[in-house]
Amino acid sequence: MALLDVRDLTVTFQTNDGPVNAVNGLSFAVDTHETLAIVGESGSGKSQTAFAIMGLLARNGGAAGQALFDGTDLLTLSPRQLNRVRANQIAMIFQDPMTSLNPYMRVSDQMAEVLQLHRGLSKRDAVAEAAQMLDAVRIPDAKARIGMYPHEFSGGMRQRIMIAMALLCRPRLLIADEPTTALDVTVQAQIMQLLADIREEFGTAVILITHDLGIVAGFCDRTLVLYGGQIMEEGPTQAIFDDPSHPYTSGLLKAVPRLDRDDADLLTIAGEPPDMSHLPAGCPFSPRCDWVRDECPGLKPPLVPFAADRRRACHVAAEEITR
Amino acid sequence: MTEPILSIRDLSVIFDIRPRGAWPWTPSLRLHAVSGLSVDVAPGEILGLVGESGSGKSTLARAVVGTVPVTSGEIRFEGSDLAAMSPQDRRRHRRNVQMVFQDPLAALNPRMTVGDIIAEPLITHDPATPRAEVKARVREIMDRVGLLPNLINRYPHEFSGGQCQRIGIARALILRPKLLICDEPVSALDVSVQAQVVNLLRELQSDFGLSMIFIAHDLSVVKHISDRIVVMYLGRPMEVGPAEAITRTPHHPYTQGLIASVPIPDPRLERARDRPLMEGELPSPLAPPSGCVFRTRCPKARPDCARAVPPMEVVADRHRVACPYHEAQKVLQQA
Repeated sequence: MALLDVRDLTVTFQTNDGPVNAVNGLSFAVDTHETLAIVGESGSGKSQTAFAIMGLLARNGGAAGQALFDGTDLLTLSPRQLNRVRANQIAMIFQDPMTSLNPYMRVSDQMAEVLQLHRGLSKRDAVAEAAQMLDAVRIPDAKARIGMYPHEFSGGMRQRIMIAMALLCRPRLLIADEPTTALDVTVQAQIMQLLADIREEFGTAVILITHDLGIVAGFCDRTLVLYGGQIMEEGPTQAIFDDPSHPYTSGLLKAVPRLDRDDADLLTIAGEPPDMSHLPAGCPFSPRCDWVRDECPGLKPPLVPFAADRRRACHVAAEEITR
Repeated sequence: MTEPILSIRDLSVIFDIRPRGAWPWTPSLRLHAVSGLSVDVAPGEILGLVGESGSGKSTLARAVVGTVPVTSGEIRFEGSDLAAMSPQDRRRHRRNVQMVFQDPLAALNPRMTVGDIIAEPLITHDPATPRAEVKARVREIMDRVGLLPNLINRYPHEFSGGQCQRIGIARALILRPKLLICDEPVSALDVSVQAQVVNLLRELQSDFGLSMIFIAHDLSVVKHISDRIVVMYLGRPMEVGPAEAITRTPHHPYTQGLIASVPIPDPRLERARDRPLMEGELPSPLAPPSGCVFRTRCPKARPDCARAVPPMEVVADRHRVACPYHEAQKVLQQA
């Protein structure tokens, strides 16, 4: 059985212009010890998927469908029950470490709070364990620095603190929402290395939400490509990069400038990212697609298996779409 | 060699920072944003500036436009010194040097229509232009940057990020500047849109014969668009050279570390990479390390690196490196 099994997840926001679907009938699973990438551009619904699973949607948002974690549907739990799962089973780290740490609390206090609340440790033991965890995420001189405030750390160090805090209760699933987007590239490399080591050491399953295909390539076993709140394709990372089966994935891979290549011109995907309140009834990518057919804007292509461990949602045959 | 359009000599920009709650007699802290930078931009050339946050890229751009005061050194545009310009010359300079900003929506006045935004520089610099001509030129430039001219009466919030950046580019180009400075023009955009804007900038550059300074933290994008690249660290140039030489055979340990950190979107290559990761983070620009500013993170650092700022050494044609222990190294296998 999969660790997390999301079935037909739909996230709807009530806005002044009527209901807007940010996520549309998403189904996917994450196994124990597996790393899944959720890739997509802004507005693809990748973050809202994570927020829905964690019960963190904004007040005007609602989730439908199922998110089975170890067989329990997270979407039906009471806040109290969910809190228990959130610390001990699933943890999340966010894009901007400064806004997710409490600026008025010492790092020692905010980390100890987690352990006191969820594991019932005394303050003293909690701080000692928190310091150990800071050591594990390679914060130099952790014992002395644990009493400092978040603003006294650099961006990379703050993200390390976030990771340490997320790991305190040894979660089985870690959701990382763009964990390195706010960081410089040399620090990004350090943090990704740290996440890889931690995944190894703690045996944590990871969902990595990102727009950066380079990070996905280096870190994730499987990849889920989202566009307009729907899955375009899913499969082993290697297979998706080797021969993308969806026009969107194929276009995305061609649009990224690569340091190891001398490509004269970047191939572009025409048009703009989708307006979620005016999606076409059919495939959300059809207005920008080079392979578009008559049926695409009106008829939603089903997500169907087509090769070993792969699924795709496109009316055009996979063989026709080349990298 | 042709006369450079922009010539920067030994430029330093230092900001005085008053610590919070300081007494009037407490000395200000000195933030070294740019120190000892010399570089030329040839007509029609695209010069890329890369570096991590705090490396002084944007301050350099602002110094060239004239919006931050230069502490020492010299900026010459078409031979005339920026600091010694008469008000009339300065006005001409401003029209010749235009800028495109990072956050496309924040850079546009939300209460002005797109047409008014794009026309504003023209009306400021040529107030006598007949209104019909202004309108015609706005439509022409909108068409040129890929905006439908019938959108002229819309407001910025009605556009997506990519389109807003096109508006910013149109505004910068309506005066036909000679030098265009793009400060992280694509970092706020989605990958698919980023490629559109990069291609557009390249096209415009060759059509208008523009010189360009392209600033970004993403080395892949900078390499893609630039003829030459300056790699900066903590306000100082580390390595300057042709884009290909910098990315294929970097000499400076910092450039090598930077390239090793850039992820490659290919699982096989990316996982097979043997990358020595750069340790630590950028030191504070309020107290930069003595001597070579990179020495605190440098794998090759030796005790004498702390003594003096290493001078730029020529290692190949147009390729200079600020490290006495430099050594060419292929960090990345070319696909």
